Amino acid sequence: MTSPPLIEVEDLRIDLDDRSSHVAAVEGVSFRIDRGETFGLVGESGCGKSITALALIGLLRQPLSIGAGAIRFDGREIQGLASAEQRALRGNRIAMIFQEPMTALNPVSPVGRQIAEMFVLHKGKNWREANQLAVEALASVRVPAPERRVKDYPHQLSGGMRQRVMIAIALACGPDLLIADEPTTALDVTVQAEIIELMRNLCAERGTAILMISHDLGLVANVCRRVAVMYAGRIVEERGSADIFRACAHPYTQGLVDSLPRLGSRAALGRTRLQEIAGVVPAIADFPDGCRFNPRCARATEICRTTAPETTLLGAGGLVRCHHHA
Amino acid sequence: MHEGAGKPGNDLILSVEDLAVHFPVGGGLLGGGRRLLRAVDGVDLELKRGECLGLVGESGCGKSTLALSILGLQMPTRGRIVLDGQVVTGRPSGDRKALARIVQMVFQDPYASLNPRQTVRRTLEDPLRLHGVTAKSEIEERVATMLRHVGLRPEQAGRYPHEFSGGQRQRIGIARALILNPKIVICDEPVSALDVSIRAQIINLLLELKETLGLSYIMISHDLGVVEHMSDRVAVMYLGRIVETGDWREIFERAAHPYTQTLIAAIPDPLRRAPLATTKGELPNPLNPPDGCAFAPRCRYAEAACHREPRPSLETRPDGHAVRCWRADEIAGRTALASTESGHP
Repeated sequence: MTSPPLIEVEDLRIDLDDRSSHVAAVEGVSFRIDRGETFGLVGESGCGKSITALALIGLLRQPLSIGAGAIRFDGREIQGLASAEQRALRGNRIAMIFQEPMTALNPVSPVGRQIAEMFVLHKGKNWREANQLAVEALASVRVPAPERRVKDYPHQLSGGMRQRVMIAIALACGPDLLIADEPTTALDVTVQAEIIELMRNLCAERGTAILMISHDLGLVANVCRRVAVMYAGRIVEERGSADIFRACAHPYTQGLVDSLPRLGSRAALGRTRLQEIAGVVPAIADFPDGCRFNPRCARATEICRTTAPETTLLGAGGLVRCHHHA
Repeated sequence: MHEGAGKPGNDLILSVEDLAVHFPVGGGLLGGGRRLLRAVDGVDLELKRGECLGLVGESGCGKSTLALSILGLQMPTRGRIVLDGQVVTGRPSGDRKALARIVQMVFQDPYASLNPRQTVRRTLEDPLRLHGVTAKSEIEERVATMLRHVGLRPEQAGRYPHEFSGGQRQRIGIARALILNPKIVICDEPVSALDVSIRAQIINLLLELKETLGLSYIMISHDLGVVEHMSDRVAVMYLGRIVETGDWREIFERAAHPYTQTLIAAIPDPLRRAPLATTKGELPNPLNPPDGCAFAPRCRYAEAACHREPRPSLETRPDGHAVRCWRADEIAGRTALASTESGHP
């Protein structure tokens, strides 16, 4: 157990620069993912979850850049690597799938070719071998009649089939880490369930770790072993997924859970008024001083308005960033 | 606003009878046979005064086409729509103005459905003027009252949509739908474009407005948690037809159609980790629907008879719970047994 974690993020800061201003969109973010583990980042739009993922895969572009901190993959610092080395890592050992597969796939290339490309680029196969492997890859994501489907263009496939193709591309080279950024948000619920089960099973079989990014607490709790909740650029709570939404330590996590109309709660408890979280998510340029959740928090006191809370380890495992945590 | 509510035997504000909307596809310059897409194919629906009817189904099931027909924006191929005692199908399109005073819509995306170059005041005043309210004082009064109803301040009326947050923009979208005092509001995914922490605010607001203004809702959503929370009755659509309808508790606690059961079991719950229910395959091509029951190719209970014509009819039980499935009673017995074993979380 002394081997390094698969990925280790330490005190990451992501800066957002434009001509007039310089702000930190993400700050003090630390987490680790072990081999084969499933880890979820949840939060609302603008909380920094997606750009954190882009930083891991070396895809941040101006005006975003890594301002401070370290990202170690398999014990090696990613930032110092030459771009060729980074490229070898991307796709081969770290792969990513996105929310809308239509925009992530090349519309003028048959899907089989887009899968085969992975074997040519990263595994040194010739096109003939690669095309054969592409058929097998499509079969592994349970696309019916894969030998015919490889010739299809993305627009000829349904949304669910396109996301299967994305998963086939992502898992083609047997990566150690799959980053899934809202992979099923564009899909219907029955298709979502199939894609999630497929992704979970394939990754478990192959020992691929998953970093899943989503706004859907239920989905993350179901897919991931550990979950971190982000708010306004910081991780506010990180726990095992069995506990985090049951016994929330941070008032923001609690607020999210209480505001959800959960299936079955009306039948069990009657129709109660949903708990609202007052106010709105702050824009990056207007992050408040102290704890960033303080203007919306019922527990806020003077210290919350002036001093950002440090990370506290919880007795039951996990960590929280709150002066008045439960 | 409540006129008609007291009329005897007139507790229906809307009834949709055997409605069908078919679109011809193909047959143009690009060739191919001319085929018929049956987006809505024989839908019967009733909405009582003061009721919220949840309309559930996946993309392509025809729920939005149905909504557009009720709004008078899509001519039906067949069938009848009776709104507040008046038959509105088959009337000249100029009558849309009269329709707009009865039924209005709240859209999914408040960013896309508000004119960015109009102030909120303009957005709310225009419908009033179009409908013959010309007195300046009355217009001002009604705009201010409506803004207060949706939780905005009348002073904010001079601002443009981009000056508001997503949640506030949806409040403006709701105000626009309500400014003509409609009786029915069709809410098409009203919270799915909003941040999780903002959704509760809008759901609470919609429920409050329904009570204070005596509205009736058709709530279209794929989020079954929202539908369960808001609806009095629920209708489930699949491939252009209603496959199950009934009281919300019947649907969510004793769902009888395998499709409804799958939909409910496919929702991940943050407090309970369980494998998500999956079905075989995806929605069939609506241009080439399967014989017999439309859900049969994906159904784990399907037998040979399910794959053959005739398709099952919507059988209504004495309690009003209606199901379109040959094997509903059998399946209901089986799932009741399973749920007593597992219990509620």
